[in-house]
Amino acid sequence: MRHHSRLVRFAWIVSLCLLAVPFIFPFLWMISGSVKGQAEIFAPGLTLIPEVFRWENFAEVFSYQPFARQYVNSLYIAVVVTGLTLIVASLAGYALARVRFAGSGLLLLILISALMMPEEVTIIPNFFLMRDLGLMNTHAPLILLPVFGSQGVMATFLMRQYFTAIPKELEEAARMDGLSRLGIFWKVALPLSRPALAAVGIITFLFSWNLFLEPLVFLSDIELFTLPLALSNFTDAYGLPLWHLQMAATSLAVIPILVVYITAQRQIVESFALSGVKG
Amino acid sequence: MRTAIPATLSLRTREALTGWLFVSPITLGFLIFFVGPLIAVFGYSLTEWNLLSQKSTFVGMQNYADALGRNPDFWHVTRNSLIFAAGLVPLNMGLALYLAVALSRPFRGVVAFRTIFFAPVVTAAVAWAIVWTFLLQGEQGAVNQALALIGIDGPNWLREPSWAMAAVIVTRVFKTVGLNMILYIAALQAIPRDYEEAARLEGASGWQIFRMITWPLLAPTTLVIMVITVVGSLKVFDHIYLMTGGGPENGTLVLAFYIYEQGFKFFDTGYAAALAVILFVLIAVLTIGQVILRARSERA
Repeated sequence: MRHHSRLVRFAWIVSLCLLAVPFIFPFLWMISGSVKGQAEIFAPGLTLIPEVFRWENFAEVFSYQPFARQYVNSLYIAVVVTGLTLIVASLAGYALARVRFAGSGLLLLILISALMMPEEVTIIPNFFLMRDLGLMNTHAPLILLPVFGSQGVMATFLMRQYFTAIPKELEEAARMDGLSRLGIFWKVALPLSRPALAAVGIITFLFSWNLFLEPLVFLSDIELFTLPLALSNFTDAYGLPLWHLQMAATSLAVIPILVVYITAQRQIVESFALSGVKG
Repeated sequence: MRTAIPATLSLRTREALTGWLFVSPITLGFLIFFVGPLIAVFGYSLTEWNLLSQKSTFVGMQNYADALGRNPDFWHVTRNSLIFAAGLVPLNMGLALYLAVALSRPFRGVVAFRTIFFAPVVTAAVAWAIVWTFLLQGEQGAVNQALALIGIDGPNWLREPSWAMAAVIVTRVFKTVGLNMILYIAALQAIPRDYEEAARLEGASGWQIFRMITWPLLAPTTLVIMVITVVGSLKVFDHIYLMTGGGPENGTLVLAFYIYEQGFKFFDTGYAAALAVILFVLIAVLTIGQVILRARSERA
């Protein structure tokens, strides 16, 4: 915006501020709703700060359904999915970038062709597969499908791209010292690829944390629910949403992620820029 | 010599073995949880199979004939999916480009703006959809209250067929536009400054520079973003599930949601599988189309 006149620049800033409203206001209204009572939540006047703070909303979230348990479920599944994906994707990505073996080109091609395929295409056979494996109503599908589906493939592809860009000379030297392939991978390539590991880790964690279709299809026991499934579950006897609880629960799920995002903004945005594949 | 040849051979074999060992976890998992199911879904689509009765009979192309011919729902759903894509893609890409142009160069507050526009990308789609459903409630919803302040009597957004689709599209754009914005910013920052300086010395206006220099140089990025966004719009599920449930009057019933409904609510496995195959073909054609387009534009 260097060359613009003051007026033009002012117009740009005003337009950005106006456009920012639908991006900020939902978060503010969510937080505001989380401390309002049922009566005040739809009161006219658009007041962000309620007359009476109803902190009990948060307590009720936990008594209405096993929310703490569901929170832990989401957290541990995301950690396991991220860990497994990093192992599987960095191993395969390294081999596809560096190791010469018959069929590697074909394998890469097959994997790339799956990058864009959404889980909706394979969800029906996967339902029967998981049923036959006795994994219905367990967390296993929520771990296996992201790690080995198109999300895992994307992670592998990103790791491969990164390993390809590392200078070969660094590995040659290690090889001269008598290191095995696994040794080179572990001691040379992996430490050098920390930025890629961080990026893949961030994207994978959020992908798992936000997963909705799989929990919906595979889980029926409320104790096993993950957050996205639990969030929409705060309804009264007639199935109508209890908005104050819904907002409190959503705030509890969203705010920690937002805090991490704001502190590590640059790193997280760059991770997504690197991927450029999912949306 | 005699020992040298087997030694190199075994080295190469060892290398190949290592390679396969390294890729074996993803390859095995991918075969079991992706390739297998992909083949299976083709198989299922040729059967009449009800999940409840557990009976499966081979019916050939009957499910496809049902979808394309007899069942009026299918064309209605396809039409909805196309409307959704036709609304979302230009809006999303246009807004992303506008934001990227505004935010690609440093000024005070640029990081704050980028952080704001990208925030919904890291937020769970479910959370975003729930909060917007709350905002878009009939009379007492925040959006309509705000509109009332300027004298507009807002509709019951998610309950009126003519408005529900628009509401879902726009809120989905807000959710995902940040990602495209970031991709555009990266592309804009990669364009050498000299081009613009030179054009400016020639007396070109800002708009002319954008049209004649920036926009053509962004073409590869635009193509990538377009495919991501089109595919993303075809697989939209959680927004629909949470905001409208496909309603009102099936006005927002889109393909991905229809597959879920047929397969897991009405237990019509064969028909749902045929729909999944159709979605697969649609996305495959779009992806391959993009690769061809890109190759052609690179040759030109």
